[in-house]
Amino acid sequence: MTRVGGGFLALIALTLPLWLPSAYHLHVAIMAGIFGVLALSLNLLLGYTGQLSLGHAAFFGIGAYTSALLTLKLEWSFWPALAAAVALAGAAGWFIGRLSLKLRGAYFVLVTISFAGVISLVSVNWIELTNGPLGLPGVPAPELGPWSLRTKTAYYYLVLAAVALSYVVSRRLVDSRIGRAFVALRENEALAESIGVDVTHYLVLAAVVSAAMAGLGGSLYAHYTRFVSPEVFLFSYTVTMVIMVVAGGKGTLAGPLVGAVLFTALPEALRAATSWQWQMLAYGVLLVLLVVFMPRGIVPHISASFSRTPRQ
Amino acid sequence: MNGLVLGGTYALLGIGLTLIFGLMNVVNFAHGEFYTLGAYAAFAALGWAGVDFFMAVLAAIAAGAALGWLCEVTLLRPLRNESIDTTMLVMIGVWIAMQNAELLVWGGVAKSIPHPFPTAPLVLGPVAIAPLRLFVLLIAVGLIAASWLLIQKTKLGRAMRATFQDRDTAALMGVGIGRIHAATFAFGSALAAAAGALLGPVFLAYPSMGDLASLKAFSVVILGGLGNLPGATLGGLLLGISEELGAGYISSGYRDAVGFVIIILVLLFRPAGLFARQERIA
Amino acid sequence: MLAVRNLAVRFGGVTALEGVSFDVRPGSITSVIGPNGAGKTTAFNAITGYLRPAGGRVTYEDVALTGLRPSAIARRGIVRTFQRTSVFPSLSVEDNVLTGLHLRGTAGFLAVLAGRQRLVSEERSLAADAAAIIEFVGLAHRRRETASGLPYGEQRLVELAVALAARPRVLLLDEPGAGMTGAEKTVVSGLIRKVREQNVTILLVEHDMRMVMGISDTVIVLNGGRVIAEGAPAEIQAHPDVIRAYLGASHGSA
Repeated sequence: MTRVGGGFLALIALTLPLWLPSAYHLHVAIMAGIFGVLALSLNLLLGYTGQLSLGHAAFFGIGAYTSALLTLKLEWSFWPALAAAVALAGAAGWFIGRLSLKLRGAYFVLVTISFAGVISLVSVNWIELTNGPLGLPGVPAPELGPWSLRTKTAYYYLVLAAVALSYVVSRRLVDSRIGRAFVALRENEALAESIGVDVTHYLVLAAVVSAAMAGLGGSLYAHYTRFVSPEVFLFSYTVTMVIMVVAGGKGTLAGPLVGAVLFTALPEALRAATSWQWQMLAYGVLLVLLVVFMPRGIVPHISASFSRTPRQ
Repeated sequence: MNGLVLGGTYALLGIGLTLIFGLMNVVNFAHGEFYTLGAYAAFAALGWAGVDFFMAVLAAIAAGAALGWLCEVTLLRPLRNESIDTTMLVMIGVWIAMQNAELLVWGGVAKSIPHPFPTAPLVLGPVAIAPLRLFVLLIAVGLIAASWLLIQKTKLGRAMRATFQDRDTAALMGVGIGRIHAATFAFGSALAAAAGALLGPVFLAYPSMGDLASLKAFSVVILGGLGNLPGATLGGLLLGISEELGAGYISSGYRDAVGFVIIILVLLFRPAGLFARQERIA
Repeated sequence: MLAVRNLAVRFGGVTALEGVSFDVRPGSITSVIGPNGAGKTTAFNAITGYLRPAGGRVTYEDVALTGLRPSAIARRGIVRTFQRTSVFPSLSVEDNVLTGLHLRGTAGFLAVLAGRQRLVSEERSLAADAAAIIEFVGLAHRRRETASGLPYGEQRLVELAVALAARPRVLLLDEPGAGMTGAEKTVVSGLIRKVREQNVTILLVEHDMRMVMGISDTVIVLNGGRVIAEGAPAEIQAHPDVIRAYLGASHGSA
């Protein structure tokens, strides 16, 4: 990704509201941005430390509910609520991270699913807190000083800022000694330990950052759709995130973003054409095909074909 | 009593998955979909083909076995040398595809599967049980026993155990590894389909019934220890009974949480399962 | 000095090591030999924290190592290699060694997030260190290649480079010559001597007798989980118990 290319993309992103044809398109862009944050967060765990967390919707949902409840019931303003959502989701990530110390691979996956399942059931049944399946309507829009960020354009820039922040955090982590430690854990944990990588510290760190970022996505989602219900814990959200990361290219930073845009725009485009069952069916088939034929994802596949330069 | 009925079917699910996950090391998130398939196959056999109930159950089992065999041969075999994450993701894809295919074919409205049993409960001593559930329990027990016999006593079972304990030696001794893998997956899936065909008439058939079934199957497998058949059987019964007790004493909204909580607690404290006898050498 | 006292390791009913005691003098090259199944790699695993011993103590400069995690032991300067090639497979040689330099870096979470300037200079110096280590093991021409694509002998050199990057004071090499050609073994022996010259104590497990006798100052012989002899190479070669142990085992080694 050259600096010119990156600058160009940034320019497009910054001016998007000016040249998108309708508010609906802007809506799609906002959703793509939120999922971009979520995909980047899952990528830290899945792509870099190699731990498949299939309970990621739990962090998303915890962020959404925390932010919604604080602004609705305790009348906090948006920004502290956002911070609390990120913190609480991060704490959940800490818990999962410590669990992962004893468990790897499939066991870790199962625990993450179970965790999400329990949290989901709590959100459905603890009616005094969460209003159960009816959900929490009327989540207030965020404010920046005297301005309300109620309009789509304003919210778009908020989400864009969040995507940029998530990207920068991910980039800095990944390019550093910490990122190398993450990758070492994924590639060969025994070897990583022998050269002094503290497995506990780095796995928990990855889980906390990943969860906190997902919590950020959740809060943004809650204040955009202005409604939170136990549906945020739906497994299909996790699946969507996984597909975005895997299809886009886990272990890269552009991959999840590409995946997020692709798999937000695609269903919207398909929605006009077919029912969502066909779409989900297509998702399933697509996932299978991608794993079999492009196991490293779209971005690595494409960049590999570009870098077939002559040997020196 | 209902706990036993549930438990028996959970045991079937668990045995199937412990073979697939425990022995083949495939994280089969689509296991619940074979369960759903069993229910819908029975429904289809009854509705479209007009066969009687017992034939429908057999048809469901056959459908499970056939699709399982197909999955193994086309999807899992080429990926056998990849990491466990890859097969996991493929099976998630299969899960999504199967569930939505079922949605498309049969719609989202739950289907009731007709059965020939009278609804009045039979009274056996202190317990009363609906005849359908008794049938389910008996067939489940029969299938469980048949599975034990298959694994322990038959040539196929011995070949399976040999393959998964030491693949290279088994291959040297003339065991067809590919066929054993396919057969094991088919057998596990057939058991899941059987569970679906049996429980379908008891409850209802709907496309997402497999999601919870998958997770409960994993719960049973973890409880009993990977690859541990008697463990899975006991685990299934335990899960069924604790769900019924939980629903009775705590609250029915949280009944499904029992399976999740079991997974978390067992993995935290006794990862080898409650019934594992030996410490594995690292 | 690395001191092992009464080390015992048991697996279920099997005793892999019993009453194993020896010292590794600083700056020496010490080899551990013995027939297959004598417990050599088990001893390595116990010393470096990959196995919890059933009894005994391992100390380095009088600080106890037993009970510590492998990463904590590495931080104290004891680094090991593994019996089967152990690299970071999908990373390049360069990135393998850079990752190995983990302990030489200081970047913590907050510093990384803040993007401090000193990190940039730290990364540059780490890259220079990596280049130097790669040069030392003779893989400069391979530095951009993916580790898993290299031939076996070169992968083991990558492994050595990664271990060296962790700045060991005691380097434990698990069968460094395994599967190598005669020429490759000579290269490795030369490297081991050069590493020792930089004041690193070396403890190695090896089956190749010529290699062992050629570079070792001290040889320790294990059999059936116990130390049966310890001394200079010449003494060991003539030691009756050692000869009996090897003749009694299924086969000696080349």
